[in-house]
Amino acid sequence: MNPPRARDLALTAPALLYLTVFMIIPLLLMLYVSMLERAPFGGVIWGDHTGVAYQKLLFERDLAGNLSFNGDYIAIFARSFRLAAITTVLTLVISIPTALYMTTLSRRRAAFVLFLVTVPFWTNLLVRNFAWILILRNGGTLDQGLQWLGLTRESLDILYTPLATGIGLTYSFLPFMILPTYVALERIDKRLIEAAFDLGADRWRVLSRVVLPLAMPGILAGAILVFVPCLGAYVSPELLGGGKSLMIGNLVQAQFGASRNWPFGAALALVLVAVLMLALLLWRFLQRRMVRTA
Amino acid sequence: METAIAISGVRKTFRGSSLAALDGVSLNILKNEFFTLLGPSGCGKTTLLRMIAGFENPDEGGIAIDGIVMGSTPPNLRPVNTVFQSYALFPHMSVTQNIAFALEMLGRPRDAIRRRVAEMIRLLRLEGLSERTPAQLSGGQQQRVALGRALAPEPKVLLLDEPLSALDLKLRKEMQIELKRLQMATGITFVFVTHDQEEALRMSDRIAVMRDGKLMQVGRSTEIYERPANLFVAEFIGDANFLPAVCVERNGVGGRFRLSCCGEAVVELIVADANNIATGAKAVLVVRPERVSLAPLQSALLHGEVPEAIYSGSDLMLHARLVDGTLLRVRLSGAVDVPELVGRNAGFAMTGEAVRAFAV
Repeated sequence: MNPPRARDLALTAPALLYLTVFMIIPLLLMLYVSMLERAPFGGVIWGDHTGVAYQKLLFERDLAGNLSFNGDYIAIFARSFRLAAITTVLTLVISIPTALYMTTLSRRRAAFVLFLVTVPFWTNLLVRNFAWILILRNGGTLDQGLQWLGLTRESLDILYTPLATGIGLTYSFLPFMILPTYVALERIDKRLIEAAFDLGADRWRVLSRVVLPLAMPGILAGAILVFVPCLGAYVSPELLGGGKSLMIGNLVQAQFGASRNWPFGAALALVLVAVLMLALLLWRFLQRRMVRTA
Repeated sequence: METAIAISGVRKTFRGSSLAALDGVSLNILKNEFFTLLGPSGCGKTTLLRMIAGFENPDEGGIAIDGIVMGSTPPNLRPVNTVFQSYALFPHMSVTQNIAFALEMLGRPRDAIRRRVAEMIRLLRLEGLSERTPAQLSGGQQQRVALGRALAPEPKVLLLDEPLSALDLKLRKEMQIELKRLQMATGITFVFVTHDQEEALRMSDRIAVMRDGKLMQVGRSTEIYERPANLFVAEFIGDANFLPAVCVERNGVGGRFRLSCCGEAVVELIVADANNIATGAKAVLVVRPERVSLAPLQSALLHGEVPEAIYSGSDLMLHARLVDGTLLRVRLSGAVDVPELVGRNAGFAMTGEAVRAFAV
């Protein structure tokens, strides 16, 4: 293939321009801000270069001025990764059977279910998370329901726990997992499934040996679509976690808000971006190796 | 001969269709037989094959494989394997993994699987390709992998759903011989579906000709070709001339027919099997082009002008226009000299044994 280069450039120009203006320049700005001195009432002191923001990630300075190791922020990173991972697994566990079921439906019915999956997008994320507060709070819909059924007597005390955050995140990101998983399953040649049955595979082995491996690219895409934004999620941990179990998103927000430490906020955000990019690169590397060995 | 598959009174109508896909089909397929289901598209041959495989269930009637009534036994529990039209090879698995699949499903030990896969790779001449994925294989190679995959677990019956239709002509002919060789080497019953009558004649021990969900004729290749049971089979299998006639006289099973395609001249033919056609009834006489021969003008049965002769090396196809305009096709040996015949009036003859009579 040897297409004219000018046309390629013209076609990609809008995307390149968009990425440069709204992604690369802001990131460079953030990098610069993260290396500046904080101003006492928010903002930064321009021109004063320092590495203090990055130092703060791992060390704290006591009143006497000595540096000592501080694991608090690492713990928040770890918690965020854990919650994002758990959310990803939960959405997977819910999405795969749902998507499998959808592939068994007629075209019209599948389109209807697909429509239902996207209905939550019609309402603001904030509103939907508020709705979960009403469901999960003490004496809320869930408590009332369970008590009416006679399953519990006391309140479950779910709201403002990591569990509530997990429920909220799973709920919010579920469509991002269902859609690519469904598309991947739908695209599988039905004759391959017949062939697997014909060759003596039972349902479970048709699923594990043929269907899931073939749907893997879509499932992985869904996993990335859930895991990455989940890591930086802000709304669910803030509203449902009650700000008690901070995630990275909340920490970053706090630095630009109440804590008035812009350089540290910028540093946190950049470290998150760096970690994610490394993780994705590692992922791609492993995937390629898997393909090569398979 | 023992029966491999017994099909009795099978009926099937698909939802949303008023026509029966299979309309009372009964058939016995014998062990070690190369059996072909032949018919135009939509005749129900593939439905019948899928029913044997277990992908469809009959509305009425039943299928027994190796003496065991299948009922609604799912495909994975039937002692049959299928070679699909599209091959349906697993794209994420190598040739080896594809062939090993059914053996793994049977829970065979690793050593046995490795030996069997190696054996299949040798049998199907896939040496050196074992680690490739299907996407890295040519159509013919994919075809052989599909065969190896289906044959590996030594099924009682191998079902083949138009497996050669995607191959080019040369490869197709090679694979026809290859399939026949495999069938004889393995001793497995092959049930082969095709719409290509030449392919069917070339490969099969027996053929079932189907149309609109019904069996039109079941028999050995030579029976189907030489003694078609009805006009449909005569027309569908090979080339044939269809000459309108009237039955003049019956004599035992045979009869005398007067051809209606010769204008004023009275041309009569004694047919060995009159097919129960009553005296005075209209009929169609069917004769294969190669059973018509050139004859001296004086003693010939039919006369016609030859507008064209098509030479194809091994044989020469003459088209002759009879008095009333009916086209007579005659296949002669290629050794006959062409220019002498074209544009001339020629005489033709045929024997009564070569002619089949059908009521219309």
